[in-house]
Amino acid sequence: MSELKLMKGNEALAEAAIRAGADAYFGYPITPQSEVIEYLMAEKPFDRTGMVVLQAESEIAAINMVYGAAGAGKKVMTSSSSPGISLKQEGISYISGAELPCLYANVVRGGPGLGTIQPSQADYFQSTKGGGHGDYHQIVLAPASVQEMADFVKDGFDLAFKYRIPVLILSDGVIGQMMEKVDLFDPIPRLTNDEIIERYPWATTGKKSGTERRIITSLDLDSHKMEKHNQKLQAKYKEITEKEVRYELIDCDDAEYIFVAYGSSARIAQKAVKLARAKGIKAGLFRLITLFPFPSVKMFEMCGKGIKGFLAVEMSAGQMVEDVRLAVKGCSKVEHFGRFGGVVHTPEEVLEALEQKIIGG
Amino acid sequence: MAEITLEEIIKPENLVYTKTKLMTDKVLSYCPGCGHGTAHRITMEVIEELGLEEQTIGVAPVGCSVLAYEFMNIDMQQAAHGRAPAVATGIKRVWPEKIVFTYQGDGDLAAIGTNETIHACNRGENIVIIFINNGIYGMTGGQMAPTTLPGMKSSTSPYGRDVQTMGNPLKATELVAQLPGTYFVTRQSVHTPRNVRKAKKAIKKAFENQRDGKPGVSFVEIVSNCNSGWKMTPRDSNVWMEENMFPFYPLGDIKVDGQLL
Ligand SMILES: Cc1ncc(C[n+]2csc(CCOP(=O)(O)OP(=O)(O)O)c2C)c(N)n1
Ligand code: SF4
Ligand SMILES: [Mg+2]
Repeated sequence: MSELKLMKGNEALAEAAIRAGADAYFGYPITPQSEVIEYLMAEKPFDRTGMVVLQAESEIAAINMVYGAAGAGKKVMTSSSSPGISLKQEGISYISGAELPCLYANVVRGGPGLGTIQPSQADYFQSTKGGGHGDYHQIVLAPASVQEMADFVKDGFDLAFKYRIPVLILSDGVIGQMMEKVDLFDPIPRLTNDEIIERYPWATTGKKSGTERRIITSLDLDSHKMEKHNQKLQAKYKEITEKEVRYELIDCDDAEYIFVAYGSSARIAQKAVKLARAKGIKAGLFRLITLFPFPSVKMFEMCGKGIKGFLAVEMSAGQMVEDVRLAVKGCSKVEHFGRFGGVVHTPEEVLEALEQKIIGG
Repeated sequence: MAEITLEEIIKPENLVYTKTKLMTDKVLSYCPGCGHGTAHRITMEVIEELGLEEQTIGVAPVGCSVLAYEFMNIDMQQAAHGRAPAVATGIKRVWPEKIVFTYQGDGDLAAIGTNETIHACNRGENIVIIFINNGIYGMTGGQMAPTTLPGMKSSTSPYGRDVQTMGNPLKATELVAQLPGTYFVTRQSVHTPRNVRKAKKAIKKAFENQRDGKPGVSFVEIVSNCNSGWKMTPRDSNVWMEENMFPFYPLGDIKVDGQLL
């Protein structure tokens, strides 16, 4: 049953995994997302739905457990925070190459290195431009509320299986840790083994005698075949770019200045829009929901309609701003503002940056 | 002695050996004389003989045997270097009724994948691990492995392994035998017909353990040659293996039915 609850973002993600009918979660603790595995272990989904929860010996092991289970047709996920996500990159590259569906979440903290346990959005490049080795992309969903931490688990699994691709929920320490009201979706039953075997003929579930064996691999020593495989992947990314872009426009109809932001920065920028409007500045917010695919077409389209400038607001030294620049193709002014290294900017700072860098600059 | 004619030889009742249908017809990519091919064949024979074809999922990580899926005619997953025990854990945990095995080299199992190996063994995952120890990195052209013997030459220990600076060879099999999560641990070889038969028996026991739900990992090391990496003829490599590898890696069972011998 749909159910209203007060929860932390990390807990909502965990509860949503159970409700989405996940077959397994493999993880390793790291702040600020340890509540995910703690919640799952306390909640005993093995009793509730039969879902497997296993604490692995490392993030490397966890993502490879995901690889194995996903290759066998099951609905599986993992989660971590920045340093742990770096360790998973090898596995994510293999999962992308082998075209396996899976979901994972990064509750981002400040880096580089061990960095800080405070919130950050400095893993944007890693999330949207590949992260591991090879020419690949993954679908990246950026929740800006506890509600979306839950909802994107369901959507993420659907997209993962639709395209046989890893889907990343790119959250941050603010969204992971804060408590909000969340309307939890109705539980979806896990697929039965027979349903899995029927729906996913590519999965290694044990081959019937006399039939073709299934092979999960990212390897082909024939480079011409590997090029073909890569072309197929690129065609998939193109289709995703055409069909799966998601964003939200807030107060943009009459806006002259646009904040572009995602995740907790979008919440802060939304407040900055209010402060700006109170001062008579016509500001709006372009909230990104999918970071890959990036809503470049829409952004470019808006550009010609009286927009005097875009301010990319992100808790990083300037990563997402590069995609904004690529999207608007020089037709409008684009600047960046963000605190980083674990510092969260205030709406006042964001407005000040708009006034100085875009309006006054 | 009565002559046997060609017509008689090919009669079904005179059949003494047939290739298991669980090996494909693809020509093996292994160097002539290499033990990998024999180890593949007996593994597949065991799966066929136990009637486990439809339940079994194999995992082959990076190493010369990364292409095992070209030869093993069952559902297979290729894994990243060292990660097969984690991949196998993932499969087995969501399909506990299936039979899952890994087929790993010594570089894979005892260097880059030591963590995954020890923890899968320590958790007592109900899987079979087949461990091909040839004391070298075969696939990448004969570099030093964690198992390379003291003084043994390789392309990254061209003057011989100096244990003072390069560390000691690791007896991964003795190590995992100490863990409560292993149920059966044995060391075999496939360089003579007699040893092939013994190794096959051991592999059969390992798969029977998993089929029967015996708790924990069944771990079969096969000390094998890498004639190319060792830069020897296949025959010389087998003699060298007997004289040098076996004294350091003695053949035989180490743990049976959960009990150290
Ligand atoms: C992450 C990573 N590091 C290094 C390699 C290169 N590599 C491929 S196979 C191999 C060694 C394999 O040796 P072993 O496991 O002993 O198998 P063998 O070929 O001897 O059977 C190495 C280092 C790789 N593929 N991936
Ligand atoms: S390089 Fe060594 S291990 Fe690899 S196939 Fe050749 S002989 Fe076998
Ligand atoms: Mg080797």
